Amino acid sequence: MARNSIADTFARLRRDGRSGLITYVTAGDPDLARSAEILQALDRAGADVLEVGVPFSDPLADGPVIQRATERALAAGGSLRATLALVGRVRRDVAAPIVVFSYANPLMRMGLETFTKEAAGVGVDGVLALDLPIEEAGELRAVLASQGLDTIFLLSPTTTEARIRKAAELGRGFLYGISRLGVTGARDRVASGAEALVRRIRRHTELPVAVGFGISRPEHVAEVGAYADAAVVGSALVSLIAEAAASPALVGRVEEYIRSLKSVCLAPRA
Amino acid sequence: MTPPTTTTRRDPDARGYFGEFGGRFVPETLVEPVESLERAYLAARDDPSFHAELDRLLKHYVGRPTPVYEAARLTAAAGGARMFLKREDLTHTGAHKINNALGQALLAVRMGKRRIVAETGAGQHGVATATACALLNLECHVYMGAEDMNRQALNVFRMRLLGAEVVRVDAGSRTLKDAINEAMRDWVTNVEDTYYLLGSVLGPHPYPLMVREFQSVIGREARNQIVELAGRLPDAIVACVGGGSNAMGIFDAFVGDPDVRLIGVEAGGEAIVRGRHAARFAGGSSGVLQGTRTFILQDDNGNIELTHSISAGLDYAAVGPEHAWLRALGRTEYAHVTDAEALAAFQTLARLEGILPALESAHAVAYAQGLARELGPSKVVLVNLSGRGDKDVHTVEKALGTK
Repeated sequence: MARNSIADTFARLRRDGRSGLITYVTAGDPDLARSAEILQALDRAGADVLEVGVPFSDPLADGPVIQRATERALAAGGSLRATLALVGRVRRDVAAPIVVFSYANPLMRMGLETFTKEAAGVGVDGVLALDLPIEEAGELRAVLASQGLDTIFLLSPTTTEARIRKAAELGRGFLYGISRLGVTGARDRVASGAEALVRRIRRHTELPVAVGFGISRPEHVAEVGAYADAAVVGSALVSLIAEAAASPALVGRVEEYIRSLKSVCLAPRA
Repeated sequence: MTPPTTTTRRDPDARGYFGEFGGRFVPETLVEPVESLERAYLAARDDPSFHAELDRLLKHYVGRPTPVYEAARLTAAAGGARMFLKREDLTHTGAHKINNALGQALLAVRMGKRRIVAETGAGQHGVATATACALLNLECHVYMGAEDMNRQALNVFRMRLLGAEVVRVDAGSRTLKDAINEAMRDWVTNVEDTYYLLGSVLGPHPYPLMVREFQSVIGREARNQIVELAGRLPDAIVACVGGGSNAMGIFDAFVGDPDVRLIGVEAGGEAIVRGRHAARFAGGSSGVLQGTRTFILQDDNGNIELTHSISAGLDYAAVGPEHAWLRALGRTEYAHVTDAEALAAFQTLARLEGILPALESAHAVAYAQGLARELGPSKVVLVNLSGRGDKDVHTVEKALGTK
């Protein structure tokens, strides 16, 4: 299967006048074999970028849903190495670009150079490190860039203009806007500050902007798609995986859910 | 009264690094809040009126200066160097934690934040924070691991009496590390009106610097007191190290005295076997945990290992970054003491000196006894007795009962 880069993916969405859908799952939840099937299902359902979370013992930026997923994944043998092996296993069957989503310590423990070489080798397209803000990400960014991998930065409602400018200058692939203060987790509605944040970011960059945290329903995806390049769905998808983990219908339900979110992205934007 | 800064100012660099350790490894939402905290702290540090208020409280409310006491019977039993105790156990609330809690609570007021969140392990920092919040009329939420709530039930009740909400944390190992995760999650969610009152020389810059500075009053006092009592500087200073705030507090005034050995004592637990101890310098390596780069206990995948200590306050997988730096420079040394040795020292100090030390501080006493013997009678050892042991009586009773 032909592989799309992050830049190509967003360029195509813009050309088509459509918004994108980014999915997050934790690698190894509920186990590594089904994670592989889930990633393939997400791609089939039309997810534009796949974020693959590295399970870490102390996920301090995550809410309870992803904390539990992390525990399940660790118990099932999940780790950074297992995550990279998982990406390697599915890469030939998945067209969407893959972003590794991690806390800093597993990356540092493996060594940033080793990690980057192995990530490039298995076909990872970009890396987002939750607790490596711009000021601490210099080395990772340089090493990733040397292998042609994108460093994706998060921006928050508390991020200053000066730091948005820095992220715009140093970020590659896309910028990830956090819709609201707090940890990851589904909410009833998209935070009202999300659009203002995207507008602030757009003043400084042409890079695509995705919005995540609190997105779970088609109407959220549609709402975010009206002003951002893509919506990120994480905890709601992870909740579904937790709920259906024991069912043979797990993969089918994941695919169906993502198709329902993706359907609202297919209409050209107003 | 006390000078506004330490005698040997060793600030981290502009990015919050002590050598290769420290920094600011926080989620994006917390970057601006830690930067504005740093600005507020540095402004307060240079403001004489801030220090006047803090000094007034330390003197009249906390009861500072705390004495340095020559433990003659402990010295005789050890059969070596003269042993002195810096009596932080005699502060209001019974541990050094109050020095930092009051300093940061005053800073929170200055920043206009009325909602305080804190983590606690042994409960001493939680009690100190709840106390400072009662005094300054601040709303207080203390996160505490379920395991620690069981073994430090007395402190849980004390916090509630002081008007704090104690929030039970059931995640992970259900100890201090998990309480910090949960406090940080609260902070990132409520950052606009909330101040995170971190209890040790841990976390993102400026906490390691700020907490050290608030605790450095211990060393400033002790330096004058020991010179007065012993006629000279000590040969060694011994302090227990969980996060390491009481140790940084007493070491700080002596870092510039090369002839004074500075020795931190970590929790050896049952043995230096994975998951059964909390001696970061014995079984750990460099990594990032909870906002800072330092020595941590981790596995090959970079996950944080479980820890164990009979003392909740030492039962933590990371150590303050300045400790890691001073050790790399060869300025500080670290040892570890087992649960059993700490328990024995707890009883020794009770019987010989009439002092029940906190189990944390008992680790320092245990190590100091051996050190005093090794150094011999012409030498002087100063131990930071960081807290009192009332909170641990139940744990000690259980431990002795099962023998």
